[in-house]
Amino acid sequence: MTEYQTYEHDVIVIGAGGAGLRAAIEASAAGVSVGLICKSLLGKAHTVMAEGGMAAAMGNVDDRDNWKVHFSDTMRGGQYINNWRMAELHAKEAPDRVRELEAWGAVFDRTKDGKILQRNFGGHRYPRLAHVGDRTGLELIRTLQDHGIHQGIQVYMEVTVISLLKDGDRVVGCFAYEREHGRFRVFKAKAVVLATGGVGRAYKITSNSWEGTGDGHALAYHAGAELIDMEFIQFHPTGMVWPPSVRGILVTEGVRGEGGILKNSEGKRFMFDDIPDNYKDQTAKDPEEGWRYTQGDKSANRPPELLTRDHVARCINREVKAGRGSPHGGVYLDIAWIKEKLPNAAEHIKKKLPSMYHQFMQLANLDITTTPMEVGPTTHYIMGGIRVDSDTQASTVPGLFAAGECAAGINGANRLGGNSLSDLIVFGKRAGEYAAQFAKENSHGSVSSEQIETEARMALAPFDRDSSENAFIIQNDLQDMMQKNVGIVRNEGEMQVAVAELQKLKTRAAKCAVTGNIDFNPGWHTALDLKNLLTVSEAIALAALERKESRGGHFREDFPNKEKEFGSFNFSLKQDEDGRMQISRVPIPEMPAELKQVIEEMG
Amino acid sequence: MAKATFKIRRGGSEGGEMVDYSTEVTEGMVVLDAVHQIQAESAPDLACRWNCKAGKCGSCSAEINGKPKLMCMTRLDTIDLTEAVTIEPMRAFPPIKDLITDVSWNFEVKKRIKKFKPRKPDAPDGTWRMQQSDIDRVQEFRKCIECFLCQDVCHVLRDHEMHDQFIGPRFLVYAAALEMHPLDTEDRVDELKNEFGIGYCNITKCCTKVCPEHITITDNAIIPLKERVVDEFYDPLAKLVKIFRRK
Repeated sequence: MTEYQTYEHDVIVIGAGGAGLRAAIEASAAGVSVGLICKSLLGKAHTVMAEGGMAAAMGNVDDRDNWKVHFSDTMRGGQYINNWRMAELHAKEAPDRVRELEAWGAVFDRTKDGKILQRNFGGHRYPRLAHVGDRTGLELIRTLQDHGIHQGIQVYMEVTVISLLKDGDRVVGCFAYEREHGRFRVFKAKAVVLATGGVGRAYKITSNSWEGTGDGHALAYHAGAELIDMEFIQFHPTGMVWPPSVRGILVTEGVRGEGGILKNSEGKRFMFDDIPDNYKDQTAKDPEEGWRYTQGDKSANRPPELLTRDHVARCINREVKAGRGSPHGGVYLDIAWIKEKLPNAAEHIKKKLPSMYHQFMQLANLDITTTPMEVGPTTHYIMGGIRVDSDTQASTVPGLFAAGECAAGINGANRLGGNSLSDLIVFGKRAGEYAAQFAKENSHGSVSSEQIETEARMALAPFDRDSSENAFIIQNDLQDMMQKNVGIVRNEGEMQVAVAELQKLKTRAAKCAVTGNIDFNPGWHTALDLKNLLTVSEAIALAALERKESRGGHFREDFPNKEKEFGSFNFSLKQDEDGRMQISRVPIPEMPAELKQVIEEMG
Repeated sequence: MAKATFKIRRGGSEGGEMVDYSTEVTEGMVVLDAVHQIQAESAPDLACRWNCKAGKCGSCSAEINGKPKLMCMTRLDTIDLTEAVTIEPMRAFPPIKDLITDVSWNFEVKKRIKKFKPRKPDAPDGTWRMQQSDIDRVQEFRKCIECFLCQDVCHVLRDHEMHDQFIGPRFLVYAAALEMHPLDTEDRVDELKNEFGIGYCNITKCCTKVCPEHITITDNAIIPLKERVVDEFYDPLAKLVKIFRRK
């Protein structure tokens, strides 16, 4: 018999980044008992890495902005396969969610008349991102954390969930271990909210921390939920490329929002050469106009550096492949040049981009106020995730909700920068609200001791194995393989290789052995994370194979064009009765006339 | 490529020993990279906390050659590698395993500090107006990544172990951020003196020196809070006013 402690809550939230914290706060405010589980210490989740800001059409800087413009920007950025209802709710509710943060103690940068300042970002027509220098994510997580600790939420830190527990069709809790001593925990809940973030650790070059192993995606999938849009991975155009140990670490889009430009090794500002047709009207004609836009000239259009992330990443990729890259395989991102335009440029850069200045100074010995940075694409975000109801964030499995990066729909084929932090608070709140409602309407289910026994046995198995397979090496091999075969530019042949390689990696993972004891053992933790990484990698590869076109974050050199046919459905992945991953097409419902009209009006 | 030796504290809560590991050093590496490399090569059960690897989350705090630092922001080319580099857990907190300590005390302390309580909104739409110049100071404090290195280096906690009487620099900064927030209407001065032990800080500024976010903890946060305590409790004029008010 496995030993474990049992905890009971009305709602369990898994993940304590922006979405999880916001969900926990909302559920708790609704009067139910809430348990919040996080893999790290509270306040360390990947949300702290978010830099640029949160998009909300408050119109503080440009009063032409409103929810309609934000909605149409989001749909355009997502190439119209977004869940339009989510995009609508997001655009309408984000301003209130941001103001609410201020009421909870957040201290955003200000406009001259004392309102929340908003900055420019890729794909957003007007300055829309509420921000705090370039550490907006920290401000968000700390505000929610400091508010949440007074709400009576029970926080379980450094606890990792291994599986969801079911009673019939319904999710009734989860099975977990605490990292400190490896002891098992059973959490019984009437409703479970997944807010586990992304899958970046499936790739070699990523801006994600060790936590981004697709836990929520995999937990939901194995509990019978559907995953959609898994082929859409966002490669952020600007990650650090040198030195090797920092490769992939994010360089905020805010650098470009403040006037930073991209140049190749020939000194050419290459982004002006390739502007997609559907953005031509909104893009600056020349560098002068682009500069004026970044400085708040309302008559100017944005510079091409602020086109959507998928496009900018591919342009950088093209420059490097064509031999016009920087010495370490990136291109140049230059903010220092603004000294030609501003008298106190160095001070201005340090004030606007303090953590970027700090990051390059300390990690790369480079002063961004005098020298261009070397940057290249890095795996940043997955648009795909758990299929949820637009209004309630309920998954297709009763009792299971999801919010934030691990849920899908709002972003379609490509996410606009700044739409993630706002997504977290808009849909985190909704998930918490409806999970609490579900909990009030339902009683606790019964957890199966058989399932717990099986899960515990599988979790402990690596300690009993005698093999040379080491979890760190398998994870590295998986990352290399995914980077090479299912990366920024994809084709049928490489992805077939990926599917075959994934089977081999699964076999190796099943033989993986762990040394040492069960107390805080990173080797063991990594071994258990492998299952999730392999599940999401398979979903990504299968969906990417099926989408025989190029759209947003998914680019295929064998099908380089966008095909109308593929614009009418999302790919969904679900486990069949034999445990195999099945792919199907889910039609996108017809957009209501009033939303169609919004898109037409906004052009 | 050159190899370097790292002496890393191994062991659980009962006690530990320093174990030597040798690993290859490449350009640009930080201490955390070395620890990860050692994990992958020869010590997969070597425990350390980390998340962002970019100095933004404050998870990988440790003592490197005796100095409290973030492992992810400490480049190996700033350290003398001709001798073994020691990596130890923070000493102000109970060890759990290897480089990991039990920092839960910090989370409990924070809960005791009264939460933010804003004044009534300034505008009919429920929003407030603040000038940037009025929030610069608070924003400095809010840069804190809660790495707890300031707590680690503070002699009141580290050497005198007065965790039950003194909240430490991190939470004085936290209290300062609330007290100096232009919208906040709560008063925490009484607790600062009587429960949080602000008087124990004797301004040696060790916390300011180790702060990876370069927050001027002592000058900008602690000293102004001490002044508020003095104004409220020791100013004879204020005392008179108080007595009259009570009547």
